[in-house]
Amino acid sequence: MGLFSTAARGVTANRARLLPWALALAALLVVALALPASRGRLVREPVAAAGFVLLALFVVGFWAVPSDFTRRMRKNPLSVVGFSIIVFFVAVAVLAPILAPPPPTSRNAYLIPQEGFGSDPRPPGPRHPFGTTEGQYDLYYGIVWGTRTAFRVSITVIAISVAVGLVLGGLAGYYGGRLDEVIMRLTDVFLAFPGLVLAVVVVAVLGRSLDNVMIAIAVVNWPTYARLLRGDILGIRSRDFVEAARALGASDVRIIFRHIIPNAIYPFLVFGSLDVGLIVITAAALSFLGLGAEVGYADWGMLINLSRNWILGAPGNPFAYWYVVVFPGAAIFLFVLGWNLLGDAFRDILDPRLRGAG
Amino acid sequence: MATYIGRRLILLPVVAFGVTLLIFALLQFLAPEMRAAAFITNPNQLNALPAIIEKYGLDQPVHVQYWNWLREVARGNMGWSQTARQPVTQAIRSFFPATLELTVYSFVPIMLIGVWLGTAAAVHRDRLIDHISRVFSISFRSLPSFVWGLLILMVGYGRLNWFPPGRLSLEADLFVRSGAFRPYTGLMTVDALLNGELWIWGDAVRHLMGPVLTLTIISIALLVRITRSSMLEVLRQDYVRTARAKGLAERVVINVHARKNALIPVITLSSLTFVGLLGGVVITETIFNFPGIGRWGAFAAQQLDIPGVTGFAMFVAALTVLGNLAADILYAYFDPRVRLQ
Repeated sequence: MGLFSTAARGVTANRARLLPWALALAALLVVALALPASRGRLVREPVAAAGFVLLALFVVGFWAVPSDFTRRMRKNPLSVVGFSIIVFFVAVAVLAPILAPPPPTSRNAYLIPQEGFGSDPRPPGPRHPFGTTEGQYDLYYGIVWGTRTAFRVSITVIAISVAVGLVLGGLAGYYGGRLDEVIMRLTDVFLAFPGLVLAVVVVAVLGRSLDNVMIAIAVVNWPTYARLLRGDILGIRSRDFVEAARALGASDVRIIFRHIIPNAIYPFLVFGSLDVGLIVITAAALSFLGLGAEVGYADWGMLINLSRNWILGAPGNPFAYWYVVVFPGAAIFLFVLGWNLLGDAFRDILDPRLRGAG
Repeated sequence: MATYIGRRLILLPVVAFGVTLLIFALLQFLAPEMRAAAFITNPNQLNALPAIIEKYGLDQPVHVQYWNWLREVARGNMGWSQTARQPVTQAIRSFFPATLELTVYSFVPIMLIGVWLGTAAAVHRDRLIDHISRVFSISFRSLPSFVWGLLILMVGYGRLNWFPPGRLSLEADLFVRSGAFRPYTGLMTVDALLNGELWIWGDAVRHLMGPVLTLTIISIALLVRITRSSMLEVLRQDYVRTARAKGLAERVVINVHARKNALIPVITLSSLTFVGLLGGVVITETIFNFPGIGRWGAFAAQQLDIPGVTGFAMFVAALTVLGNLAADILYAYFDPRVRLQ
């Protein structure tokens, strides 16, 4: 009874904390609808607007519902910063069509609109808030839509790596023996290359495109996941509850999917969130080397690649073109920083062994 | 310990075999005529393409092709690199000294500063230096090397004119190629001293600063974190408490009792750092136009110079495997627990 009442008190306390946020969100919506400039955009993109409202509700709900997880996060201001940065980028990705509406003639919103073909970048101004790159690609548009690209790349790569790692790592860990040996030597071979080098080879062979960048990074990444899962399964395989399931006559598939994977998946997810930053950096590095997204595609690495010729500025004014590298660079930096802060926090929260050491 | 190292040595050819198999499998994604290019060692052979297809059996079953290809690679014939305008093996030999120079000059400060800062942060936990090292480490872990490198180039060359791109300035380069300068090792800073040309040495060092600074700062971040957490772990151990209880000076406790054991994971990490540097040179050399294998590999990939890319990748893989082996052996040497397993 006592436990229940504290929990209830916690909820009321949090409801009070919730109120200002809900009011702020409502006010934001009202203001956005009242201003003619933003109203048109909102009406044209109802899905994005609805997505944003859902996101906001989810985030506020996440913070308001008392849980061990959020309580620990609140104790660590850096994790709150990381969480805020990621929420900000998710919001930018969701709102991309409203923040940077594609021109009506555009067939693919990810292609950055070009204003003329002038070679010199132009500084920030009213028409181009962050300026333009060489070839007059709008930096602001590229950065906003590049957020979606970054999420797409990282989610795809993690999905592929986790799937492959789950199957191969699971087989190796559960069955052991010769199969384990073969799969582990396979991971050794893939880990014999520095990640970027293998990714460069894969993209060079498959051809230059963003899809191939994702494949290349997944090829580089899966062995780490397979090894991680294998290690976890080795620890779990001999535990009593697995033995009990086996004694009850459960099939291997059932034991793996119902008993082992649910118990091994947590560290796996933590590692995934720590990995997002690295994936985005690698993808951007490939684009920077001219091996990733095509020129004009909304991708942060591609934008930085376009800046390379303008790093040294003009005679007498070395920082004349600062904006071509600073804005896309800051976008990548903040995105990766957010994931790293969040990943560190996840690790501290979910791994009790490290608690207090962080 | 002998069995431990023996097991590692037995695995070495297995991994090497796997690496060639992986590269060969990747080559199968190419169009047949591009695969033929892998056997061309000089541009005049291009006319004789059908003869080459015949000679190397590119119309044969895959396992036969693999065997043929492997035999050529084992002989040191990895094809003609269009981007380097020379055979791949020769290209590696001419580009590698520059990369080695860059890697070695980055590795030393990374290890020294990384270990020092990591230890200091652990010993003075939650004090100013710990916070500084934490902010420093998370910032540079999140900053991509190409952004950081471009910023260094922008300020260090564009504004201050301290670290120019390239490996040598024009006049130094002309002098080095003039015949009055004998290349003993290919390492420019060493050759300059052996030739007694101090100005070449200064010029080479000036050109190394930018890339070294880029590689160093990016790679230190991870090392600081690992050293710190490893040191914290050790400082909690009973024998450290015993050492303190005996009344030993704190300096002795840290330097003699704690640091030695805290450095064991750092040894493994040093091989990871080395591997990281080998990957990092691709970006850094490209930014600073530094003529090493990394810039060549990236350029070969852009220009679809497949023999160049694969040769580069296999060479780097060989270095990586050897680096990992060295780390395993050092680890066994320093950690008796591994030795006895």
